[in-house]
Amino acid sequence: MDILQTSQLAKSFGDTHAVDHVDFRVTTGEVLALIGSNGAGKTTLINLISGLIPPDSGRIDFQGNDITRASVHRKIELGIARSFQLVNLFDGLTVQDNVALAIFSREGRTRRLLSLAAADGAVRDEAAVVLKQFGLNGRAEVLAGGLSQGERKLLDVAVAYALRPKLLFLDEPTSGVSTREKAPIMDIISEVVRSGGITAVIVEHDMDVVFRYCPRIVAMHQGTILADGTPDEIRNNEQVTANLLGTQTA
Amino acid sequence: MTAAPRRVLAWSAPVLLALIALPFVVPPYQTVLLSYGLVLAIAALGFNLLLGYTGLLSFGHSAYFGAGAYAVAFIVKYLGLESMEAFLLGGILASGAVAALFGLLCVRYTKIFFGILTMALSQVLWSLAFKFFWVTGGSDGLRVPTPTLLGGTVRVGSDKFEFLSHRYYFYVLAVFVVCVAVMWIIVHSPFGKALQAIRDNETRAEFVGVQVWHYRWVAFVISGIFTGVAGALWVPLNGLTTPDILHWTFSGKMVFFTVLGGFQTFFGPIVGAIIFNYLETYAVGHTVYWQMVLGIVLVVLVLVLPAGIVGTVRRFGLRPVKVS
Amino acid sequence: MDTLVVHLLNALLYASVMFLIAGGLSLIYGVMRIVNLAHGNLYAFGAYVSAWAVGRVLGSGTEASPWLYALLPLGAVAAAGLGAVLEPTLLRPLYRRAEEYQLLITFGLLLILEDLMRLIWGPYPLQVSALYEGLGSLTFGESIYPTYNLLVILIGGLAAAGLWAFVYRTQFGVVLRATSQNMRMASALGVNVNRVYVQAFTLGCFMAGLGGAVIVPQQGAVLGMGVDALILAFVVVVIGGLGSLEGALIGALMVGVVREAGITFFPEIELAVLYLMAAVVLLIRPAGILGRA
Repeated sequence: MDILQTSQLAKSFGDTHAVDHVDFRVTTGEVLALIGSNGAGKTTLINLISGLIPPDSGRIDFQGNDITRASVHRKIELGIARSFQLVNLFDGLTVQDNVALAIFSREGRTRRLLSLAAADGAVRDEAAVVLKQFGLNGRAEVLAGGLSQGERKLLDVAVAYALRPKLLFLDEPTSGVSTREKAPIMDIISEVVRSGGITAVIVEHDMDVVFRYCPRIVAMHQGTILADGTPDEIRNNEQVTANLLGTQTA
Repeated sequence: MTAAPRRVLAWSAPVLLALIALPFVVPPYQTVLLSYGLVLAIAALGFNLLLGYTGLLSFGHSAYFGAGAYAVAFIVKYLGLESMEAFLLGGILASGAVAALFGLLCVRYTKIFFGILTMALSQVLWSLAFKFFWVTGGSDGLRVPTPTLLGGTVRVGSDKFEFLSHRYYFYVLAVFVVCVAVMWIIVHSPFGKALQAIRDNETRAEFVGVQVWHYRWVAFVISGIFTGVAGALWVPLNGLTTPDILHWTFSGKMVFFTVLGGFQTFFGPIVGAIIFNYLETYAVGHTVYWQMVLGIVLVVLVLVLPAGIVGTVRRFGLRPVKVS
Repeated sequence: MDTLVVHLLNALLYASVMFLIAGGLSLIYGVMRIVNLAHGNLYAFGAYVSAWAVGRVLGSGTEASPWLYALLPLGAVAAAGLGAVLEPTLLRPLYRRAEEYQLLITFGLLLILEDLMRLIWGPYPLQVSALYEGLGSLTFGESIYPTYNLLVILIGGLAAAGLWAFVYRTQFGVVLRATSQNMRMASALGVNVNRVYVQAFTLGCFMAGLGGAVIVPQQGAVLGMGVDALILAFVVVVIGGLGSLEGALIGALMVGVVREAGITFFPEIELAVLYLMAAVVLLIRPAGILGRA
């Protein structure tokens, strides 16, 4: 069954139709890739669904709830989380605190001002587990600003993951990372997603990553969905190869 | 307990002992002078919750200091009470109310507008203090007698200066210690972490489920209350309250000593406030162009020593306390 | 009817000066994305320099010869000069740093300039009312109105028109707008961004100084006028939007009208009405009426 569905979702910036009446469906539990050249509308689509910007028209349904105009806070409550293309972390907090904050927030405990964060054993333990899953437990006490790019990308996903979402959007989780590091990062991410039963939508440019990790691929071009299918179907789709794959860099 | 708090306790214990011993060792004038410093330090603690921990630079904190001070004066004038506890309660309520109202307007905005709005609102209060002179005493201000402490059990007696340099000093010191402890807990609480997250990355904080405006507003109110407590403690020392403390120049001093001490650390603003207190007292006799001196030092600080005194000391490895 | 015209003219007078100050602030922000907290002090500096220059020549005489008026723009030039020195020394080192530092350093500058003016010109106001009275007044109907005020309104209008032409019709204006819209792109196209910045900053300071220079015959130069002007300039840009010259014009007009209405009907709370207006605008439309996000 569908966990997410958009109908005729549209957003324009001036004369540019960034997202042009898109019908986008995501089935519960799947892992799908969202591909397309720069400006195709992928990030805008995610921004619309996650609530960063409001749509001009159209509708978004999440697990039967109309979330078209819902606030970011509400969407997170319902179970939607995301990471960012340009890594967005709390550089002044430690790696552990970055993740712990997501947990505190999820549990509604960020309202507590008269108890020490470090004293909350349950949250600390859960944060440690998450960090271990992401291979970051050795860096727990380091300030987020001091991590390597690959570590930052992982932490970005870890923070979103710590919200225990039902639907996770990952915006280019391996961009800016050396080729060598991409596979380990994606291995971790796909393992975490799989074992957590999380539905994941991954925006990616690296087609090797896409073909290897994502059983379903949705290709966008100039604001609309060009193709939607398995890696083989996409590979053999002429429109896709003409518009997108030719310009992809490995 | 983690390492940092243990280290803090290690060096703060002797400092606290020294502070307790002070009135028995130095002339009364010095003790009263330090009382002023402790009062400013409490204001600095409040101010830095917004600046260092939430990333909001306010140029209008004189409004809350003044709200606390004038609340005390009004309590004396209209309620006839003389209890320090009543003064503190009044100061907290008044500054909290003003901060709640001003905060509603200010926290929706970006840094520049935030700064100017805070300045403008405090100037409105300042001008009101003159306009409603029959209530506030106008430029003459309102006199405030020495209060009774601990529910009336401690009274001033015949020697006011002795009272101020001993019993009142210990009272201020006690409130100071409580304020430091409470603020320490607040900034290390989940709420405090949320504030720092907002400071570091507003968008991401929103996407972690932290409602940015709301948290900023709460921080604003807490910050205002601490500063208001400082104002309430200050009035008995000064004997009277005047509109000066509502003026933007006083807000500027708060900005200055917080930056001087280092706004990226917990204890920096406290150190800055106390140092500034001595600077102001001893230098004010030397020049009328006091503002220029502050301005030049501030410019130099920003260009050369942006981490402030404590921050720079930390950087050179002396590490008094770790932040966050 | 006559009184209405007088009120209207007063509103325009205030709007003219506010446009000069707020327009300068907005221009600087539009191009450079910085806010100079000492901007109001440049207005004050312009007022002081002009008053001082005229005062020196005037001596103790009360005859306002025509060419004394030509001395007034000195304040604007002085403010511009000061700006040209300040931008490369104090502001440029901070462009890459967090915004707080810009606010802190310009606040420090505000403090320095306040006392600098006190140091140079003393704590008492400088007056050049001879220039104000020197132009006499116009009678219409049953009212008389100082001619000097009309001159200020004229200058304000000319400044608005001139600035518009400068920004939208000249080569430099194109460069200015390009840099403000996309600094990196402009730089990649060969624009010397540092030079554009210092020129924009100088122009903004010139406008502020001009505001001070033209109003000084009417109200004199007094300590503290800088900060008051800064806060009011912000009210204008809050209404009109930071970074927009048209917004500064509209905001200035609205502020002028509201202030005049406030003074006439509620002399006690005039300041509060302005701040209330700004608060209301901020609450409904955070970017101002014409501002860019």
